[in-house]
Amino acid sequence: MQDIVLIGLNHNTAPVELRECMAIPEGDTRAALARLADLPVMDEAILLSTCNRVEVLLVSKTPDEAIQETKRFLSRFSDLPLERFETSLYIHQGDEAVRHVFRVASSLDSMVLGEPQILGQIKSAYQAATQSKTSGVLLNRLLHRTFFVAKRVRSETGIGDNAVSISYAAIELGRKIFDSLQDRKVLLVGAGEMAELAVEHLIRHKAGDIYVANRTFERGVNLAKKFNGRPIRFEEILDTLGQVDIIISSTGSADFILRRKQVKAVMKKRRNSPLFFIDIAVPRDIDPEINRLNNSYVYDIDDLKGVIEENLEDRRKEAAKAERIIDEAVIRFREWYENLDVIPTIVALRSKMETIADSELEKTLQALRHLPENDRDAMARMVQAMINKIMHNPTRLLKSDSTHINKSVYLDFTRRLFKLDE
Amino acid sequence: MDSLLLAAIVLYILSAAGYLAFFLRQQERFNQAGFYLLVAGFVLHTIYILYGFSMIGHLPVHNLGETLSIAGWAIAGLFALFQVKYNLKILGVYAAPLSAAATVAAALLSTEPVQADKILQSYWLFFHIITVFLGDAAFTLACGLGIIYLVQERAIKNKTHGFFFKRLPSLEFIDSTVYACVVIGFTLLTIGLFTGFIYAKTVWGKFWSWDPKEVWSGITWLLYAALLHGRVSLGWRGRKAAIMAIIGFIVLMFTFFGVNFLLTGHHGPFTKI
Repeated sequence: MQDIVLIGLNHNTAPVELRECMAIPEGDTRAALARLADLPVMDEAILLSTCNRVEVLLVSKTPDEAIQETKRFLSRFSDLPLERFETSLYIHQGDEAVRHVFRVASSLDSMVLGEPQILGQIKSAYQAATQSKTSGVLLNRLLHRTFFVAKRVRSETGIGDNAVSISYAAIELGRKIFDSLQDRKVLLVGAGEMAELAVEHLIRHKAGDIYVANRTFERGVNLAKKFNGRPIRFEEILDTLGQVDIIISSTGSADFILRRKQVKAVMKKRRNSPLFFIDIAVPRDIDPEINRLNNSYVYDIDDLKGVIEENLEDRRKEAAKAERIIDEAVIRFREWYENLDVIPTIVALRSKMETIADSELEKTLQALRHLPENDRDAMARMVQAMINKIMHNPTRLLKSDSTHINKSVYLDFTRRLFKLDE
Repeated sequence: MDSLLLAAIVLYILSAAGYLAFFLRQQERFNQAGFYLLVAGFVLHTIYILYGFSMIGHLPVHNLGETLSIAGWAIAGLFALFQVKYNLKILGVYAAPLSAAATVAAALLSTEPVQADKILQSYWLFFHIITVFLGDAAFTLACGLGIIYLVQERAIKNKTHGFFFKRLPSLEFIDSTVYACVVIGFTLLTIGLFTGFIYAKTVWGKFWSWDPKEVWSGITWLLYAALLHGRVSLGWRGRKAAIMAIIGFIVLMFTFFGVNFLLTGHHGPFTKI
């Protein structure tokens, strides 16, 4: 299987500055793929370029030459001398190339383990290849297996379970406190990318009214507009606590903006319906003592990071299961590949015919018991002769050394035509 | 007919195993298996009780074994209903083993065959027993949910999101189901007490005779009444409600077992071994 080759670099082998230079802009991918596949050494090729990786998957009868050509191609396309990135490149062949593709698609090789986007990116890379007809029997089969394996990994392992970003972790927690986030009222205090992202997630979960408090009222008004929310004055926070369920705080305040005593009074007013504080600010906005009040829960940024670390640990455990699924898939793929050889295919075809002939012959002879032994033998000989005649031309074609046909196409076709893989 | 009870026990135990597997592995098929096994056990158990009923003309509640059997039956039936209504899968790991344990104890204790007792042949008594036991079953579930609430609350407050955090439902959901259980239990217990009064009047000529079980049932009733009052008018919810549900259950257990072993009264014989 040494004719299947993967060359590339990713976030582990290349720093971001290098990846930026190597990445192929989205509009150029088709042109790049066409140029790559036009190289005479290439039989098949697929090009994958994301912000974390640039990879070329190819099939060539002369893999060593193809590797050199691909390096030159990458250098030309990125306008970088080969020495600048050669050490960052990894090259896999055969089993290892197949395994690498499976692992990437299953998100085992991702920067954030288990993130789901990579599969879609591979799908569009493959789509580009099929549309430009740069993929053939081997890569088609390989990519179909890849999608199958990635799907299996996602459904049979927990690789994609549990939040691994601050804002998602907060949402997940919210759903363990409140059963559903629908119609939960939210108070955003201050501003900041992470806090705003959390609010957006909450809105996507159909949260109710959004209140926005800011030291400068004008900023609050603008932010409230963004979320279709209501701006309130900073002094009104305590009053608003009576109505909201989730408080996201992210101010630059040096001191706590809410203290235990204040919230305790509020809890009485809200008849103990739960309050969830998400404190993203450093230094903290919410007095951690509030967490000790009944029915109120406080998570600060470190707590959320702790949750994420735990979740990532879980994903790593699940990744071990995924590796097993992939090992199995690599073996299966190699079996298919090896069967694509000429001799096994001819043997399988002949034995399939003989099986059919034998069973039919037996059926017929059962009904013709009166036939003498000689006649029976004659019939058996005739059937055998037919098989030999039928096999003659396919055998010759498959064994021919003609270079202008892609043999794997014929082999694959034969195997499918006669259902030899069952 | 004891083979019916035996079959029900086996099904309850298998159901408990199914729910436990669901709790550990979180695969829906285990939950399904647990549920259907429990329902099958419940059906056989119902037939067993009805058979006893048809033999003697009243519910078989002559001794502790027989009452435990009814208790296990009530828990199984009520939990099955709750699972359908609230999708309360996770409680199976609590309810199914309890049903199994109660029924196993029932089978071990019931050595004598069911016997008829004239005094038990009353329409009112039938409702008294059924409503009281179903009410007790509802309180039993409330206690289990209360425990689950405390475990989950601890996980969230302490920020240790391990084994339980992932498996247990949201606090608000647990809290509202505790409430639902207590409301149902309280309603049934109230009906049970009233039918009991009427029955007492028909048998002993008076509604109330300061029998210890009566007194303790009254205390249980007051306790749950306080819980409901606290919730509705004072907003006792979450942790407080969960702890109350557990305390209520402890008192209930004393009413069920303790009174009979420690004190004497006219409920005595039904719950003596």
